[in-house]
Amino acid sequence: MIKKLFYSVIFGATLLFGIPVFAGCEISARVSIVGNEFPAIQTVGAGAQECTGAKVETNLTSEHQKINVPGMQGNPAEYTSAIIANSSIVALMNEDVIRPLDDLVAKYGKGLQKSQLIKIGDNIMAVAFMANAQHLMYRADVLKEIGVEPPKTYEDMLSAAKMIRDKGIMENPVGGAYAAGWNLAQEFNNMFLGYGGSHFKSGSAQPNINSEAGVNALNMMKALSEYMNPDFLTHDSNATNAEYRAGNIALLNMWGSRAASQTTAEGVIDAVKSNHSIAGPMTVGGGSTPASTLWWDGWTVAKNISDAEAEATFIAMMNAIHPDKMKDEKIRTQAVWLIDGYKPTDAAIGVFEAAKMSTTPYPMLPYMGLLHTALGNELADFMQGKESASQALSDVEAAYVAAAKEKGFIN
Amino acid sequence: MRHSTFFWFVLPTASAMVLFIAFPIISVLLQSVHAPHPAVLVEVETCTPLVGCTVETTMDQDATKAIREAEPLGRFIGLEIFFDRGHLAVKEVGEIIRNSNSFNEAFSKLSNLPFYRALAFTLTFTFIVTPFVIIFGFLIAITVNAISSHLKGLVIFFSLLPFVVTQLIGALVLFWMIDSRGILGSAAQWLASDPNLSLKASTGVMWVSLIIYGIWHAAPFAFVIFYAGLQTLPQDQIEAAKIDGASRYQQTKYIIIPHLFPLITFVALIQLMDNFRVFEPIVGFNASAHAQSLSWFIFNDLGGETRQLSSAAASSVLTIIGVSILLFPVLFRTWRDFRERT
Repeated sequence: MIKKLFYSVIFGATLLFGIPVFAGCEISARVSIVGNEFPAIQTVGAGAQECTGAKVETNLTSEHQKINVPGMQGNPAEYTSAIIANSSIVALMNEDVIRPLDDLVAKYGKGLQKSQLIKIGDNIMAVAFMANAQHLMYRADVLKEIGVEPPKTYEDMLSAAKMIRDKGIMENPVGGAYAAGWNLAQEFNNMFLGYGGSHFKSGSAQPNINSEAGVNALNMMKALSEYMNPDFLTHDSNATNAEYRAGNIALLNMWGSRAASQTTAEGVIDAVKSNHSIAGPMTVGGGSTPASTLWWDGWTVAKNISDAEAEATFIAMMNAIHPDKMKDEKIRTQAVWLIDGYKPTDAAIGVFEAAKMSTTPYPMLPYMGLLHTALGNELADFMQGKESASQALSDVEAAYVAAAKEKGFIN
Repeated sequence: MRHSTFFWFVLPTASAMVLFIAFPIISVLLQSVHAPHPAVLVEVETCTPLVGCTVETTMDQDATKAIREAEPLGRFIGLEIFFDRGHLAVKEVGEIIRNSNSFNEAFSKLSNLPFYRALAFTLTFTFIVTPFVIIFGFLIAITVNAISSHLKGLVIFFSLLPFVVTQLIGALVLFWMIDSRGILGSAAQWLASDPNLSLKASTGVMWVSLIIYGIWHAAPFAFVIFYAGLQTLPQDQIEAAKIDGASRYQQTKYIIIPHLFPLITFVALIQLMDNFRVFEPIVGFNASAHAQSLSWFIFNDLGGETRQLSSAAASSVLTIIGVSILLFPVLFRTWRDFRERT
């Protein structure tokens, strides 16, 4: 009798509390996820950890790209899934550490939209869950004070910056993630594509950046940096946003994935909270292609793991991007989700604008990572005024060619 | 000692050294003369969100699978990577020497090559930090040795703090202090009455900051060693010197320093080695735009989206060679002293 009562209480409790949480996510093998650390990815990681039946571990860090390849090369791989973007999937494919997902998508991929499937050749290699792009963020009150519209071009941004400085509102009104290394290289990529450049000679791995577009891009970056905090070469996205939240800058080109947290992080001053606005990416030099790149973030499944682990990983990651999550207002604002049932929030305007303006996607080429690294190392000299734009660009090309030769992309 | 006893006595140490020192060096050497097999590229249809399907280049893994399995180390390339632009840049240096009209022009062109730029910083750092660490360590040691025993514990504790703090954390603390909104950065702006002054934007100031940081961090190490050495000072000699009317300076010069000399050699060795591999402060100070080192190259080669293992291995080998060259005079001197004594 007591036993019966006990079971019915347990059963009732399961009905009441258990089932809504554990619905559909029961896994039977280990899951281990490595990825970047911004809010949307934290949500995805937490979503995978809702699954029960086996251990789900996450390692979400901005250093993810340094550890994901080594962590997936072993057999069995340490990480069963890497959350990547269009830049970083290339490294995983070059090293052949992720598996095609076609069979898993057929079996467990119900509810995925076709656009979420990253197809390379005949295989689905990743499942995308969000889109991202860098675009304009600005302080509406400051622009109102100088009486200008939000800039649509970088030239407008420069003249607005000059007005803000001349009026004495802010000394250095422009922000940008210009930290030497990856960030600086990315800003160059944006500007270079905006001027109509293309990184490689068509159909080859030979670099093509020491061109008019390259020189123009660098000169524009130099002009912008005159309106930045003098420490700009050490400012990454986090430091740039801190400057913005503290009310020190009014105009910046920033990642869409950071749009929602600009006003919710700690230490945001009231003027920023009530006047933070976003708009699409800017163009430059009279071009029509925005000086920005289009990104997607998605997840992959490791090659060197058992099929049971791959299955568990797929199920857990599917749970993390379940359409039900789109009902949560807080999650909805974190990113431009590609998930079924997502209704865009105000924070998404910038990225949608970027897509509408047909922003160039970040080049998904096997040798792009090497060029990006070379740009990050060699451009700082120019930004400090130590050498000319064309000298800096020829240094980049020389550094890239040495690396590409080593990796067997150029003979 | 009998040979067999000696053999068994050193066996554990020797095998640990082979395992943890010799094998990694051999592995790095092997890696540095090999590079990945040529990539076979194919054009395939690639479908991505918001963009749709386009034709993109990707690597054909199946095409190189057989050769990769047959030769997992990659293709043998000899010293090619050592001589490329990212390392010794033999070709570029040759051109600079041929085409430069003056020494200054050649020097400035040379400093545009990553290896020589890094070498310039690393050697400056090493040869300034090492002597200062020894001098400051010695001064702190004789000062602490002279104060009353009640205070000693406390003073020793605080003197050791810079060495206890993790290198990277210590560097970050100083980094934020010299930020244009940090206490030192703002103070410098106020002193120079220039609101746009940036300590971090100037290469010279960045070098000075890194060097000061290096001294601040390592001086306690020298201090501890010297302080331990001071505890073994021959008191009878000191007393004899006092009776002979030797001043404090003379005692230091003729008794203390000669007594500590083996320790000074030891600290110099360790410091030369450590400072040549300067790395944490460059990362902590975000200083890669101004100062780079061989260790930083290795970090950078392995940290990009596409890892360059062979290039990193070559930098490692160059580091080992560099350290050997630096240590040679000190080791040679020690060996000669040893020979003279026996």
